[in-house]
Parts: sequence; structure tokens; C-alpha cells
Amino acid sequence: MLADSRPLPSIDAGPAISPLKPGGSITSEAAAGQWTLIRHRFFRNKVAAFAGCVILLLYLVGAFAEFLAPGLPNASRPQYTFAPPQRISFFAPTAGGGHEFLPHVKGYRIEIEPQALRRTFVIDENKVIPIGFFVDGPAYRLWGMIPMKTHLLGPLDSREPMYLLGSDRLGRDLLSRLIYGTRISMSIGLVGVAISLTLGVVFGAISGFYGGWVDTVIQRIIEIVSAMPTIPLWLGLAAAIPLTWSPLSVYFVVTLIVSLLGWTGLAREVRGRFFALRGEDFVTAARLDGSRERRIIFRHILPSLTSHILAVVTLAVPTMIVAETSLSFLGVGLKPPVVSWGVLLQDAQNVRSVATAPWLLIWPSLAVVTAVLSFNFFGDGLRDAADPYES
Amino acid sequence: MLAYIIRRVLYMVPTLFGMSLIAFMIIQLPPGDYLTSLLSTMADGGQNLDEATIARLRSQYGLDQPVYVQYLVWITGILTRGDFGYSFEWNQPVSTLIWERMGSTLLISLASLFLVWAISLPIGIYSAVRRHSFGDHAFTFLGFIGLAVPNFILALTLMYVGYRFFGQSVGGIFSPQYADAPWSMAKFLDMLSHMWIPLIVIAMSGTAAMIRVLRANLSDELSRPYVVTARAKGLPEYKVILKYPVRIALNPFVSSIGWVLPDLVSGVTITAIVLNLPTAGPLLLRALVGQDMYLAGSFILLMGVLTLVGMLISDILLAVLDPRIRFN
Repeated sequence: MLADSRPLPSIDAGPAISPLKPGGSITSEAAAGQWTLIRHRFFRNKVAAFAGCVILLLYLVGAFAEFLAPGLPNASRPQYTFAPPQRISFFAPTAGGGHEFLPHVKGYRIEIEPQALRRTFVIDENKVIPIGFFVDGPAYRLWGMIPMKTHLLGPLDSREPMYLLGSDRLGRDLLSRLIYGTRISMSIGLVGVAISLTLGVVFGAISGFYGGWVDTVIQRIIEIVSAMPTIPLWLGLAAAIPLTWSPLSVYFVVTLIVSLLGWTGLAREVRGRFFALRGEDFVTAARLDGSRERRIIFRHILPSLTSHILAVVTLAVPTMIVAETSLSFLGVGLKPPVVSWGVLLQDAQNVRSVATAPWLLIWPSLAVVTAVLSFNFFGDGLRDAADPYES
Repeated sequence: MLAYIIRRVLYMVPTLFGMSLIAFMIIQLPPGDYLTSLLSTMADGGQNLDEATIARLRSQYGLDQPVYVQYLVWITGILTRGDFGYSFEWNQPVSTLIWERMGSTLLISLASLFLVWAISLPIGIYSAVRRHSFGDHAFTFLGFIGLAVPNFILALTLMYVGYRFFGQSVGGIFSPQYADAPWSMAKFLDMLSHMWIPLIVIAMSGTAAMIRVLRANLSDELSRPYVVTARAKGLPEYKVILKYPVRIALNPFVSSIGWVLPDLVSGVTITAIVLNLPTAGPLLLRALVGQDMYLAGSFILLMGVLTLVGMLISDILLAVLDPRIRFN
């Protein structure tokens, strides 16, 4: 309703008006709000959009871990230790010599290495284990509440072995563990970043808004924290977690530790933006209108930072994921029976176990790298799209 | 210049103080103190101390004092006598344990820093000059991978590759047969064959980050009018690029010590644990797991100091290179 009363921008204003692109309509470009413009810009970057889809997928996997995993993460089967990954085949030979459509995996047989006299499992091409979707398997509680026993994929006879990604030294299914690990590892990134965000925004905002000695003190603290090499510091903090604590408290303390060191970058970013925005006309106007400082910070300045903060936050998530993975890998973060990507990588700690079962290194690493890469690309895309008024 | 250095050194004092506080906090963090762990070890061995002895030991170690007094005792010991406390696991003063390990940490960190520079300088220049070429995209992609793969996963993978495809004994810095041998060419070569994995692993993410920075800076410089002028005056292309824009774009290389060094030290720590290198990393982890807190705290403090000194050096170098910084 105000649109008509606004003065027309003068032609001399030059760069202040960006010309409409051919094919773009007035409503889609000129009158679009900040977030619409951000969205348009973001989706022009195909890599970032794809990375966003991958992230969404990973979180969905984490959310429905119990249903998606063929088995339970800690169900061990000592008779199948270090079983190699199976391949899914769709056609099985019938008794008459033909082939029929029957999705299946191959079973195992034991072979004894002639030199080391070590028992290893090899795929037995003659054993056919039929598999299917929505099969009944081990009972579980979805989100710890709803009792169910349907699994997305699994052997028709739940006593038969199905190890699509292989098994570990206790004969636990790596695929199931990886899926459960996704829940823990991805959520640590999210929770950690939420804590970092709170700390970073509060300290950055205070620092940038007040300036002066408050700023100096906070900047000093940030400098000290960011000058400390992160891994030794994480190790030092994580090693203090008592062994007797419950897995849940360990989870939260690890998240807290990881986020404690991640807020500095965020605080710097917010502070820089605050310095830039503090002198803007709308802040002066709000101050002249008699707004209190808290109101100026939270109602006027922060909203115009949101898109930048979002981008920085996304770029901070992978750091947290890597931090958790490293800590758990070294044995001072999350510990079994909790399953995270880092805990899974503990099994691949030395060359001998990697040589016996390379899949124990490959799949969890792939999960970590996929998550980190996706967040990086997604965050880069967000950062480029964050300021739609920039040329 | 001297005034700048003095100012910069004074500036370090509060940061050092903060770091020592963090290190001391880590020492104090685990429940119980040295004496409780000593007592439980002795109890395991069937020995029991009476209350009076415990109280005497407690006051002897200053454990009955308030925390800030303990901090003061600890920090004055370090500053005046180089006494970092006592390692209860090794039954030795911490100071005899750490220096060798810190030396190798410093050595490997510096070696990988030079590797970072040596790799990222030519690639960064190439990427900036030939922007959006195939090579540029390939390096950018590699760089993304380098940033995304955590150090220890890369170390494990290379270790596996070295073991599987080159039949190499991996881990440590020497093969068993050279471990106690006197220095010789063969031993040196053996060391080099062990060092490539840790150096690549540690340098990877720093190199990737550095290439990005150099590429961005140099691209900005290359579009400046003075470059066009130089070209118009008929300077050979390599001079146009190397003589002026590269020199300006090199500033981040020097200042990078400040932000790459903490990363490198951190990378050395975890890589060394995976590859079992004789640096501070494995000892630190062991100390932390065994709650040998004076040893652990000293390592953390010294690693912090190491990066601070690195930052100081980078600031001084930067000031030498760039007068604008000196006079501001």
C-alpha cells in the first residue's frame, strides 16, 4: 500500500538500482523480499542446492535410524567376525537351470588361510539368502517409544546373515552401526552449533555494539582461545570427563566442549557486522526514537545479520563433526556402546585391523567426508547468497 | 621497529597469562589430585598410609592450599626454575620428559609449514593466473577434499596404502633395523621414506586453505591498473606477475604462520598419535588418559606458547615487509 507513495528512484542514482534481468518480472525481482532474493540466488548455485539435499538426507537417515537399519547396532554375532561386504543380486538360479527374479545376497563360508592358519569368511556363491523390503527383523522402539519390528531392508529370514557393508570384530553389522552413528554424529554438529551460536552472537554482539574496553576484553579472550591448538585443548577438556558418567551426559559434555572452541569465529563475524551496522541510519533512527540498547541490538541489528549468521553457522557444523569424530576416535570422546562415526573409526585404529577389514575404515570415513563436504558447499552457497543487495 | 616489537611482545603477556590459566584449569579439572591417584595406586599395591603421612604429603605438595595459591606456586616454578611439576606416571620431573618431544613437534610443524608454502605458492599463482582453467578447477576440487578429510582419516588411509601397495613398515620415523643405528645416509633415507606420510597429512589442509587465500588475493591484484601498465610497457609476462602482484599477495603467506600454526600443531598432535611419531601428541594422549595432569597441562601450555611465538614472528616479519603495519 505504500508502494505508490514512494518517490521514484532518480536515474542519477546509478548503481543503487540493479537493472531487471531479461525475463525477470517486476514482482519476482524488484518487489521481492530479502529472503525471496536469497532463495533465488541460492538455488542458482546447483552444487550448493545438491549439498543441501544431501544434508537433508543425512538428517532423515539419522531421524529414522531404527527403521532404516537392517539390524540393531550392538547385536553381535561372534560366528561372523570380519565378514566381508556382500553384493545384492537380483536373479537367482532356479533348480531347473533357469533364472528367477529373487533379490538376494550370498552367504558365507569359512576358509582357512594356509600360511597364517587364520579363519576368514569368504562369500559362498552357492548360498542364497533372499532379502526384501519392509521385512520383519529384530524388534526396536522408534525414537525409544513406538515398538516396531519392520525394517526397510533385510533378509526374509532374520536369522540369516546380511552384511551389506561387512561386519566388525564382534560380527556387528557395519551398515546398521553407520546408520545409528549418523544420528549421533550429525546431531552433535547441530546441538554444538546451537551452543556456539548463542555464545558467539551474545559475545560478538556485546563486543561490536559497545566497543571500548568491553570489546578489548572479549577480543582478548577470543584471541587466547583461537591461538590454542584445538586438538590438544579438546583432548585436555574431554579427558576430564569421569568414566562413570552416563552416555547421555558424556554426549552433552562432548558437545559442549566441541562448541566452546567453535564460537570464536562466529563472535568475530558478528562483531565485524555490528561495527559496520552500528553507524547505519536505521540504528541512529532507532536510538533517536528512544529505543533501549537491548531493543536496538535484538530488534534492529540482529535481524539484518540473520542471513550471514546462518551461513557462518553452516560452515561451523563440519568443524564440530570432525571434532567429535577425532575425539571419539582417540578414545576420549564418546565411548561404546554409544555409536558415532568416531566410535566406528576406533575399530580402524591400526594398520593391521585396516588390512584385515578395509571396510571398517572406508565407510565411516566416507560418511564423515560426505557430511563435511556437503556442509562446506552448502555453507559456501549460503554465504554467497546471504547478501542479495550486493552486486 | 624496535618499539613495534616491544609493543607486540608486551601485548603477548595477557594472552600468555590466559593460556596458563587454561592449562592450569585442565590440570585441575579431573576429580581428585595427584595424591588421591597415588594413594589408590599404593592401595592397589597393598600399601596404606596413615592419616598423618597423607596430611604431610598434602602440605608438601601444596595440595591443601587454595586454588589460586596452587596456581601461583605452579606458574612461579615454571617461570623461575623451569619446573613444570612432576609426572606421576613416569616418576620424573615433567621438564625432563617434554623438551625432546616438544622439539620434534616444533621440527615437524616447521617442516610441514615449509611444505605448505612450497606447494601452495606455485599452485596458488597458477590458479590465479589461469582462473577457471581445467587445472584451476582440479586444484580447487583437490583443495576441497583436503579441507574436508580429517587429518587422522587421511593418515590411516595413506598408512594403509603404504602398507598394502608399497609394502612399507609404517608408523614411527625409522624402520626397526635403523632405530638404534648411528646416523648414515641409509638411515636418513629411511627417515625420509617414513616422513612423507605425516608431512603430507599435516600439510594437506593448510595447503588447501592457503591456495584459496593466495588465489583470491592475487586475482584481486591482477586486475589492478598497474598490472595493465606494466604489461603495456612491454614487461615480460613472468615479470608482470612475479615482480609486483605476487609480492603484494604474499603478505598472507607471512601472516599465515599465525593461523596455520595452531592448525599444524593440532594436526601434528593427532597425526602423531595415529602414526606413532615421537612428538608430543602420543605422550599427551597417554598423560591425559592416565590423568598425569602436570605432564598434560605442560604440553598444552607449551603448544599454546609455541603458536604464540609463531604469531609473534609472523607479525614481526609482516612489519618488516609492509611498512604500513609498522607505522599504524
